[in-house]
Amino acid sequence: MKHTTEELEEIASQIRRDIVRMVHGCQSGHPGGSLGCADFFTALYFEVMHHSTDFTMDGKGEDLFFLSNGHISPVWYSTLARAGYFEASELATFRKLDSRLQGHPTTHEHLPGVRIASGSLGQGMSVAIGAALAKKLNNDKAIVFSLHGDGELQEGQNWEAAMFAPFNKVDNLICTVDFNGQQIDGPTEKVLSLDNLQAKFEAFGWHVIVSNGNSMEEIVKTLQYAVSLTGKGKPILNLMSTQMGYGVDFMMGSHKWHGVAPNDEQLKLALDQLKETLGDY
Amino acid sequence: MKKYTYTEKKDTRSGFGAGLHEAGKKNENVVALCADLVGSLKMEAFIKDFPERFTQVGIAEANMIGIAAGMTIGGKIPYTGTFANFSTGRVYDQIRQSVAYSNKNVKICASHAGLTLGEDGATHQILEDIGLMKMLPGMVVINPCDYNQTKAATIAIADYEGPVYLRFGRPTVPVFTDPDQKFEIGKAWMVNEGKDVTIIATGHLVWEAIEAGEQLAEMGIDAEIINIHTIKPLDEEAILKSVQKTGCVVTAEEHNKYGGLGESVARLLATTQPTPQEFVAVNDSFGESGTPNQLMEKYGLTDKDIVKAVQRVLERK
Repeated sequence: MKHTTEELEEIASQIRRDIVRMVHGCQSGHPGGSLGCADFFTALYFEVMHHSTDFTMDGKGEDLFFLSNGHISPVWYSTLARAGYFEASELATFRKLDSRLQGHPTTHEHLPGVRIASGSLGQGMSVAIGAALAKKLNNDKAIVFSLHGDGELQEGQNWEAAMFAPFNKVDNLICTVDFNGQQIDGPTEKVLSLDNLQAKFEAFGWHVIVSNGNSMEEIVKTLQYAVSLTGKGKPILNLMSTQMGYGVDFMMGSHKWHGVAPNDEQLKLALDQLKETLGDY
Repeated sequence: MKKYTYTEKKDTRSGFGAGLHEAGKKNENVVALCADLVGSLKMEAFIKDFPERFTQVGIAEANMIGIAAGMTIGGKIPYTGTFANFSTGRVYDQIRQSVAYSNKNVKICASHAGLTLGEDGATHQILEDIGLMKMLPGMVVINPCDYNQTKAATIAIADYEGPVYLRFGRPTVPVFTDPDQKFEIGKAWMVNEGKDVTIIATGHLVWEAIEAGEQLAEMGIDAEIINIHTIKPLDEEAILKSVQKTGCVVTAEEHNKYGGLGESVARLLATTQPTPQEFVAVNDSFGESGTPNQLMEKYGLTDKDIVKAVQRVLERK
């Protein structure tokens, strides 16, 4: 391991501080899903993925990551900054005029680390498949990772992609679904149930792994296991349970913090629960 | 009037198929994707010679656009192939976010555009695609006029870095342009120099404009005819130069009058040199079943309609 579990947890704590401060700073954005996925992003960028902060769009020879549910941009931006893609001080520009840190991720402002725009939901799995196919054509053995919201799977394009990838043996692809059970209008079970996602993806021909996305030790092991499954003829689907708002008690487990920013008092309450480990931006 | 002749009629989609094959031979990064219309898009030659560079996605156009966008990351130059209707309206948001806004080097190749798809009827006859595509920032929009020009355009767009919409059709039409032409994106082609009226045509309407020009010549009207194969970026210099000479313009296209070439020309002229203009285009309508010729006549897209439009615009000069 490059880092101990404790070291990774300390990075995740700083990323969570960044998320609430960024969202507070512009009084908009999506803290809930971002906080829930802070552990996943930390494990991916600081432990599992082979990547270079010397960013190139093509990323030849590198593992790639695509964020399909682009609204959780705060966690990705913080991760990229803390991993060294750009200065952490730039996080203060999130969602402000002339920033590279747009509300939803884009290549338009040339932010290092971002390879496609996302925000309009349901498009990332197709893009990740395309990047994986290009790697195969280039005889590039690196892996393509992606993250998708669970509510996002209500978009039909995902199922076109889900049908395509196993049939075409896209086995250099690890898609993770952030299974937090919440969407804007309420629990997914009430809005439009996803029912048994494991059975659905298995029926389409994916190798499905079920994991806990808020245990650092488990995420690292899960992603490393997923990597070991690549090259065996099947795409891999990591069905990862998380708690929306994880790490800030009053934001946890509710769709109410999907797209709401904390006020000054709530910011203080949140930061009191999150240890500053790498220095605030 | 300069004399144009042809010895054969061919479909522009076959020009695309031949061009794709050539582009594939010239550049190993060219890849092709299709949504269950390989035969209609004439992609067989490419697939035969480069099977590993072809992706059949099935009837799933949204997924096709996303995969194409992803393949550019890794240096590929994807050509997507399906009907114009399913290449644009059906996947507008995928093109908008994953291709145009993300500035990906995807070539969206659209066959069976317009009324001349014929008997399948209005569900398949898109007349809004030029408008949809030209509104996207950074999108290049090309609508060549015959087999040779479509082939040349298909080869040329591989060398252009950025998103392109390439529109062509199903019917066989006269082959009258040079088989060895050099295709320059955004560069108008002067079909005939004249002094009385400028006819600006795109796609299948260029041949109709030539036939109209011959009839106008017999009536003593000297028409300048310009082939605008690239609707965006528009060759503004060529259009302004011509209109300064003739003082009136007719635009002709197989598209709704809203959102097409005619409106692009009108915007240019209104902001630089207000000029009387008539539109030969579909009058804000869906199409219907029929033979291509029947439909072009019924919806007013023939040489005779161009002649009438010229007569109208000359009176307004």
